[in-house]
Amino acid sequence: MSQKLAIETRELSKRFGEVKANDTIDLQVHKGTIHGIVGENGAGKSTLLKMLFGFYQPDNGDILINGKFVRFANPAGAMASGVGMVHQHFMLVEPFTVLENIILGAEGSRNLAEAKRKARIVLLELEEKFGFDLPLDTPVENLPVGVRQRAEILKALYKGAEILILDEPTAVLTPQECVQLFELIKLLKAQGKTILFVTHKLNEIMAVTDDVTVIRAGRIVTRTETKTTSSSKLAELMVGAKISRQVERCGEARGKARLKLVDVSAANDQGHVSLKKISFDLIDGEVLGIAGVAGNGQTELLEVVTGTRPVTEGFVEFSDKVVSTTDTITDPISLRRAGMGHVAEDRLKTGIVENMSAKENIILGYQRENDFNQHGILRRSHIAKKADEYFENQDVRPRNPSLMIGAFSGGNQQKIVIARELARTPQLMVIGQPTRGVDIGAVTKIHDQIIALRNEGKAVLVVSADLDELLAISDRIAVMCEGEIIGIVPVEVADEQTLGLMMAGAKPAMISVGEA
Amino acid sequence: MVPGKLPYWAENILLPILNLMAALLVSALVIWGLGEDPFLAMALIFEGAFGFEEAISYTLYYATNFIFTGLAVSLAFHAGHFNIGGEGQAMIGGLGLTLAVFMIGDTFPVLAVVCAIAGAALFGAAWAYIPAYLQAKRGSHIVITTIMFNFIASAFLAYMLVGPLQRPGGQMPESRDFPEGAVLTPLNELMAAVGWSFEEGPMNVSLLIALFCAWGVWFLLWRTRFGYELRVTGQNKNAAEFAGISVPRMTIIALMLSGALAGMMGLNELLGEQHRLLGNFTLGYGFVGIAVAFMGRNHPVGIILAAVLFGALYQGGAELAFEMPTITRDLIVMIQGLVILFAGAMEHMFRKPLTALFMRFPKREAV
Repeated sequence: MSQKLAIETRELSKRFGEVKANDTIDLQVHKGTIHGIVGENGAGKSTLLKMLFGFYQPDNGDILINGKFVRFANPAGAMASGVGMVHQHFMLVEPFTVLENIILGAEGSRNLAEAKRKARIVLLELEEKFGFDLPLDTPVENLPVGVRQRAEILKALYKGAEILILDEPTAVLTPQECVQLFELIKLLKAQGKTILFVTHKLNEIMAVTDDVTVIRAGRIVTRTETKTTSSSKLAELMVGAKISRQVERCGEARGKARLKLVDVSAANDQGHVSLKKISFDLIDGEVLGIAGVAGNGQTELLEVVTGTRPVTEGFVEFSDKVVSTTDTITDPISLRRAGMGHVAEDRLKTGIVENMSAKENIILGYQRENDFNQHGILRRSHIAKKADEYFENQDVRPRNPSLMIGAFSGGNQQKIVIARELARTPQLMVIGQPTRGVDIGAVTKIHDQIIALRNEGKAVLVVSADLDELLAISDRIAVMCEGEIIGIVPVEVADEQTLGLMMAGAKPAMISVGEA
Repeated sequence: MVPGKLPYWAENILLPILNLMAALLVSALVIWGLGEDPFLAMALIFEGAFGFEEAISYTLYYATNFIFTGLAVSLAFHAGHFNIGGEGQAMIGGLGLTLAVFMIGDTFPVLAVVCAIAGAALFGAAWAYIPAYLQAKRGSHIVITTIMFNFIASAFLAYMLVGPLQRPGGQMPESRDFPEGAVLTPLNELMAAVGWSFEEGPMNVSLLIALFCAWGVWFLLWRTRFGYELRVTGQNKNAAEFAGISVPRMTIIALMLSGALAGMMGLNELLGEQHRLLGNFTLGYGFVGIAVAFMGRNHPVGIILAAVLFGALYQGGAELAFEMPTITRDLIVMIQGLVILFAGAMEHMFRKPLTALFMRFPKREAV
């Protein structure tokens, strides 16, 4: 291994008010290696990356790129020093072609046709060198996520990146796409590039990185060669305490179908068919997990079940009552009253109102219930009392329901939301992405609560992008691809490999296709 | 502390004051450039606005208009909409008021006043209903439609005042006078009744109605379920749907309430002071309401304060133009424009440096 350092930080610190997001970080990334950074959500990974890429300026400390002190006023400065970044949320203009996206901001000529012609030559060379095969003239919106990510990587390389920062690159990929990404990363390394790979998935760290740095609460807790450590050890270092993700399930699914979907089709906001003849039963005392790569109809499925999207075909039944057919739709308030809890998939977009206090958010969806209002006047003292209760039960921190909910961390927001939905002992709990953006400590607690619901004989529908999570908490897992349920497998016979194949649309014959 | 967020008091008190100071500073420079003494000019404005009882009466009279229109803008804003149509809604509200007065004012003057208040609110709400419906059901942008509806309202009012409603035998675009008694009492008469002698002025009972409306808006928004649903809709439409709130319905109701508030501006101008319907009695107050709402941070208390400030600028400015011949009426408009510019359009100018300043001295704040 080369002794030269591509990235070095010395006592790099950044604080936001009282919070030390980064506290004297001494990062050392060797040239030509793949370096992993792991940490829980909120550990300070993003802050560190943002300083390395010039989004934030450090309060203290220095950054050295290839041994030279640098100060990035903005991302352009970082790019000029050969640092490129692929963001978790892609920075691509969807209607533009891959080529147009890549040259965006580096056109190099006032004449676009000429710029494109020149860029094409350079890009073809780059593609050759790094084994890309991108459709340069296809609009990005028509490409699958994995290809878009490659476009982002090529864009960084085109702009001269020698050091590539990948922020949670696998969050949106299928297992197969992940494998391809890892191959590409290794190839880039072989060509002398340095890769900074940020994730909270430990198996990925073990699979591809040479070295790993663990960050916890804004500080580096360890820095080691990957081959000398193990994922369980890293997990321990990340959270600072040994954690067990085994959850105890007891009893068989029992009772009758709490939720029933029969041949349900629906269209998305753009009018495209996004659910195709979905059928399944969810039984009391069962957790049904919905797996799939984001954007394959899971969102629409949740909306159809919770009464916010009409069906174009088929019908949905809840507790033997019709929720929606092609003619009728039951509104969310009636569904809640009938015993349906709903933890929204996209917390910030749908589940909470960021600029309102936590107190005001605990009545969202229940604002018309009599204990929260009397003749239309809000019962503020009762609401405050309930908020205190929720905060106590869920151990929300800081313990102050008057703060704007946007000021809480993702995990604490989710605790508040879950408390709100659990408060009226629902018969059916519909949960989208139960632990997205939630730190590991809170993950365990949320999983325990889901299992507790199940053990009490309630039905739970969980949509998650995290296969490990679904494997840990579900009784059965339904896999969605392009709006269809590819199959429903009991968790005992499910593993990541088969689920991954199903997520990509393959219907393996040996998989027994539930009762779909 | 959330990065880039100011403490409550700095956000809501310090920042507006800084903006106002900046506007006054630029105004002072212009006055100085014209060869007048800026300190004297500022003193004259203040004196003209608050220096004697009649001045205060005028200041609060103008402020009443701004409270109505500012509340109208802010109520729509809390529901997530920008109602630029306060001007038109005020005109049509004035028309509704006038029709009510003429219909029964001769026989039942007191009842006519009550009906006139309702008429102003109803007509204003009805005028807002059309753009609201188009926004909610057809997606026509409310900013565009409300602006267009201002022109329609203006043309319609002009037609009414040179046609059916014109003073018999008159040449001006104005109606005949309201019947005696079918008007709102000047406040000084009311005050005299309780033994507080106050100089005569245009300030009338509408001020009390406006203050009551401000309280009502506050209560509605922050103390009722409806207000909660309105604010949720304004903050996050997806969350509103999630909570079972009908966004189109809320859009229509909120904008109609906004239109009703704007429509009630006529209470002050017509029922309180002019005692007849005039061609363009709204005089841009509907638009100033936007600046008032912004400067008042869309909170009723802030709106009242901002309305008094603008009232003072109107009244004090008029006095200044009278006292200093080089300062023309146009320059007063410019000063008002500067306040709107700094408090509204360039509202964020001091935010960044101020935030940086606060970040430098971190205080104990929750995470």
